[in-house]
Amino acid sequence: MPDSVVFFFIQVLNGVQYGLLLFLVASGLTLVFGIMGIINLAHGSFYMIGAYLTYALTEATGQLWLAILLALPIAIVLGLALETILIRPLYRRDHLYQVLLTYGLILALEECRSLLFGDDVHGVAVPAIFDYSIPLTGALSYPVYRLVLSGVCLALAGAMWLVVQKTRLGMAIRAGYSNREMAASLGIDIGMLYRLVFAAGVALAAFAGMIAVPIASVFPGMGNQILIVSFVVVVIGGIGSIKGAFVSSLLIGLADTFGQVYAPAIAGMSVYVLMAAVLLWRPEGLFGRRA
Amino acid sequence: MRISIELAVLLAVLAGLIAFAFGAERFYLQLFSKIMILAIFAMSLDLLVGYTGLVSFGHAAFYGLGAYTLWALSPETAAASFYLSLPASMAVAAVAALAIGLLVLRSSGVYFIMVTLAFSQMFFYFAQRSKSLGGSDGVYVNVRPDPTVLGFTPFNLGRPQQFYLVVLALMVLTYVLLRYVNASLFGRVLVGIKSNEARMRSLGFATYRYKLAAFVLAGALAGLAGYLDAAQFGFVNPGLFGWQLSGEVLMMVILGGMGTLHGPILGAFALVLIQDLFSDATKHWLLPMGIFIILAVLALPHGIAPWLKRFSPRAD
Repeated sequence: MPDSVVFFFIQVLNGVQYGLLLFLVASGLTLVFGIMGIINLAHGSFYMIGAYLTYALTEATGQLWLAILLALPIAIVLGLALETILIRPLYRRDHLYQVLLTYGLILALEECRSLLFGDDVHGVAVPAIFDYSIPLTGALSYPVYRLVLSGVCLALAGAMWLVVQKTRLGMAIRAGYSNREMAASLGIDIGMLYRLVFAAGVALAAFAGMIAVPIASVFPGMGNQILIVSFVVVVIGGIGSIKGAFVSSLLIGLADTFGQVYAPAIAGMSVYVLMAAVLLWRPEGLFGRRA
Repeated sequence: MRISIELAVLLAVLAGLIAFAFGAERFYLQLFSKIMILAIFAMSLDLLVGYTGLVSFGHAAFYGLGAYTLWALSPETAAASFYLSLPASMAVAAVAALAIGLLVLRSSGVYFIMVTLAFSQMFFYFAQRSKSLGGSDGVYVNVRPDPTVLGFTPFNLGRPQQFYLVVLALMVLTYVLLRYVNASLFGRVLVGIKSNEARMRSLGFATYRYKLAAFVLAGALAGLAGYLDAAQFGFVNPGLFGWQLSGEVLMMVILGGMGTLHGPILGAFALVLIQDLFSDATKHWLLPMGIFIILAVLALPHGIAPWLKRFSPRAD
């Protein structure tokens, strides 16, 4: 195969990998919004927290996997604490106040990050067993870690589909999504369901941050960067739709990657052009229900 | 009775702000000018958010356009005419608002929040990538706009005190204009759209056109604020299109109190002054700032303005 075809193929892989990572963050965002009715601007901060915890714990333990294992419960406990103290009073409030409070939360968390870890960019090495590349042609090769990352994301997406579609818990989640009051009157503990959904969202976003560290490094503002793109994903896919989040994550991943490579002059715009186009065609998103 | 008390308070505040121009140090004049520019910006957004019910998360697009227009009209080493460049900045922002409004007003609710964000982000990335617009480094307006007419120079924008007074005058004008607009039939229709658009439509109002007109007016006023920003600092960069600025001004509107005109002004003063206070005290001022915003949401369910109102004598 000529190099240009292989190069194209590599970009597809990169786009899919970025898209799958986005999906982990966006699926939590879309669930929290669709089921709990909460616009959580601080969702990206959990991605950042996951990444920084992993960086710090890898420095301390020397093992990426051990660090992830330790960091995940910390992130979940933090998420649950914030849900209890700050998010719960917001359930019945206007979306605007949710935006305002979680914006304040972004500022506070970002500054805590600065106090604890400083403002420098840090990296974490790829674990030794995955630290090699598959040669494709004379000049081009593909790093194995990226493939592993995509595989893990896909497995998680599959597990999510199973839980939501095939289990009793998933049934409760879907019931909560289609009609909150009805679900509550059928005996589903809505408060508990909310806590579970929020914790799952936090865990997914933090985990995405953790596995992204070896390829993306940790840097100030990383949470906000992924937050904005995740919102685009949620809106294109249709709010509350996991299937929509999956499809649009991949679309956005590919659009962004190809934008960077083939149209660097307008790179960064491609994602938003795509979003504007989709919303003008289908104002409720690809898989959203009509408002 | 109510109206005269309100008028008295407004005039007292205005007198205070004018007196401030002659008593305050240079630093505070510049700080207050910046705040009042943001207050104009916040009032323009409130026309959308508080009156029409259109929550725009991309209002900075028009702020940035106003600023970049002043740069485009300013020669390298000479001043642009104040009387040409200011209306031109507002016109460019208004035309852009018309074009964008035609598209984004097809959506509503959370989707509207995101589409407006998308458009402002497009401007952001365009400015950041475009070499002729200076890229991410930004560009400089070397000479401030010149208000000389027929050999007579009424004020000099380079002097902080005079700049402050010009901004104050424009803020008051914006306030009066928007009060007038909101009291008119047009303004009442906007409020009707906020509370129930379907009903307004069935009453025979072409709501889309009303929303579009509001969007264009808000865009033009945001362009004015952006113009003043560029004139004050002489520096224009893609951050003026950024979502952080859109978010910040939205915070001013919500924190101050939506659907009132003094609310956004209060919000601008509160947010920037608190920011200034905290950043004097610590390098990590965002932490107390964030906590302050969180506590404000939990403690003041409807913003500062309705809270202050509780202390005013009741008309009933």
